[in-house]
Amino acid sequence: MRQQLRRTVSVAASAALGSLLAWSAMAADAPKSIRIGYAVSLSGGNAQGAATTTLPGYDLWVKDVNDKGGIMVKEFGKRIPVEVVAKYDDTSDAGTLLRLEEKLMSQDKVDFVLPPWSTGFNLAVAPIFAKYGYPQLAVTANSMDEEQLVKQFPTLFFFLNQPPHYGGALIEILNKFKSAGQLNNKVVLLSVGDQFGAEFAAGFGAGLKANGYDIVLQKSYPLGAADLTNEIKEAKASGADTFIAGSYPPDTFMLTGTAIAQGYNPKIFYLAVGTAFAEFGANFKDKAQGILGIGGWDPALPGAMDYYKRQVAVTGHAPDGWASPVTYASLQILEQAIEKAGTLDRKKVLETIVNDGPWDTVVGPVDLKTHIREHQIGVGQWQNGQFVGVAPSDFPGVKPVIFPKAAW
Amino acid sequence: MSTIEVILGGVILGGLYALVAFGFNLQFGVARIVNLAYGEFLMGAAFAAFFMFTLFSINPIAGMLLSAPVTFAANWLIYRVLMTPLVRRARAREELEGETILATFGLLFVLRGAATLAFTANNRFYDFLGAPLQIFGFTFAANRVLAFAMACVFALLGWIALNRTRFGAALRALAIDPVGAELVGVDVRSLSALAFAAGGALAAAAGSLLSTFLTFNPSIGIDFTMKALVVVIMGGVGNMGGSLLAGVLLGVAEALCSYFVDSGLTLAVAYALFLIVLVVRPRGLFGTP
Repeated sequence: MRQQLRRTVSVAASAALGSLLAWSAMAADAPKSIRIGYAVSLSGGNAQGAATTTLPGYDLWVKDVNDKGGIMVKEFGKRIPVEVVAKYDDTSDAGTLLRLEEKLMSQDKVDFVLPPWSTGFNLAVAPIFAKYGYPQLAVTANSMDEEQLVKQFPTLFFFLNQPPHYGGALIEILNKFKSAGQLNNKVVLLSVGDQFGAEFAAGFGAGLKANGYDIVLQKSYPLGAADLTNEIKEAKASGADTFIAGSYPPDTFMLTGTAIAQGYNPKIFYLAVGTAFAEFGANFKDKAQGILGIGGWDPALPGAMDYYKRQVAVTGHAPDGWASPVTYASLQILEQAIEKAGTLDRKKVLETIVNDGPWDTVVGPVDLKTHIREHQIGVGQWQNGQFVGVAPSDFPGVKPVIFPKAAW
Repeated sequence: MSTIEVILGGVILGGLYALVAFGFNLQFGVARIVNLAYGEFLMGAAFAAFFMFTLFSINPIAGMLLSAPVTFAANWLIYRVLMTPLVRRARAREELEGETILATFGLLFVLRGAATLAFTANNRFYDFLGAPLQIFGFTFAANRVLAFAMACVFALLGWIALNRTRFGAALRALAIDPVGAELVGVDVRSLSALAFAAGGALAAAAGSLLSTFLTFNPSIGIDFTMKALVVVIMGGVGNMGGSLLAGVLLGVAEALCSYFVDSGLTLAVAYALFLIVLVVRPRGLFGTP
């Protein structure tokens, strides 16, 4: 009896002690918040792109997660809110960005770092993310060497496809109308004079030539050009049915405005970055109808329109029809991966991101086994006030192409 | 597309460069202040025009009548409050130029930061007079032609004011020799403040006109300051006609280059032309030695 009592007491005591230990361990370990940090261009030349594509997504995601009470982390047995503890301005300067990323990871020691804006900057910081083992969900980046880069940097993920991919998607559209005899084989190919423009022209040019198109006018123009009237006039005089421009937002707007002023009405009018911006549709209104551009999304996907409306309501920024929803989707993946891994351990979260897809997002299911989001819409078109995906045609949810673009 | 059409397009583009340069010329040539924040006022006026047009449907030309006086007042204040202490302690013209470069460089960041906070870093664009206009059978966008026409009007008015009025004579005296001007009874300080303020008002006018066809955001200011600097130095500091001619030369050179060579090389051609002018005429095309 005494022995029994002693045993009971000791069991009870050890149980109490055990639970006390477990409790205290949990209390000590469960962080107040999941600490998030990022360095993005809040000023300088890249600020407009970051403000359009990247930052609203970050803000919305933090709010959405915290409205739910945080992310459920199994190892602590509770929901933990996310907190942006460090938000730095890289001033659109790569050197500054590199220093800030080092600071985020080595001094601030945040749990996760969200990526910067632009291809160049994401590639520049990839070695730092790899060195400290932070997953880098680089949405606003794309390169001809994606396969190579993800091998070199095991923490790097790509979400936007390479120039030959979206070039291929547009060529599919061109081929369809050319073989039906509705489109001649002459093409105008303009590009902005920087890395994006050069890769764009190379990727598109090779694909067009391989498919028997005659590039009757190929030109580049400087970033920030004040006038593109000559380019549009030459394009008009060339007799080409297809106009393709590897453009950046300011020139995307200027080329369109100039084409309208000059009464230039090619059957296919395709522009690159900026075509998908909500402002593009808002400015050109019904004249935007039928304009093709890089990107495109499917607003009919589950959660997509809801996301669109929430972002407008919360941040005041309408998402663009290309990389904005993907930005939000990348954070949905991070959130789900933390939940699934049940830990804030970055190595485990990284493995989960790679192996446990496909992930449910506002851009549909995303699988990151290869570190590259392989399947996506390549071409979008303004149709009745929305920039919707139209190619490749075998992608679920794409709309039929409006052809030819109606005269302005 | 004929060469004449290309040149005509270049002239219109050049008028735009001259338009940007006039105000800078007044501030630099007369008030002797290298205002690196010049483009920020242009950017501010562009935003003002954008919001007046999109929110209240106020025509940008009418909006200019509001933003130009406001910018005039703001620049007058900046001269009185920020620049006057520097003017007072500067012993030589070179010293004043150096110190005002530093001061306005700081102002540039303050204004750009404030604009980014207030307007966000987004690109803005609106459509005003984007309709085609026929000139000698060639098609140009009406808003660009309007900006060119206004550049000619400002050049003409500036020329009349500088060369046909007593006030203009005082301004020219000030531009050539501030000490001598003071000796013959010119109130140097208040006249400099007026010239600086008038330069700001011209920046606002240029910003309103440019906003009708250019995409803009809070960080574009410095691009226009640099363009203005090149045009003013090339045309001759203090000379409005020189700015118009230099602007048109640059515009035509860029247009010819973009048509016959490659648009990617237009900047190189513009700066090559700038260098040649500086080598041949170090004080600019119409500079006084």
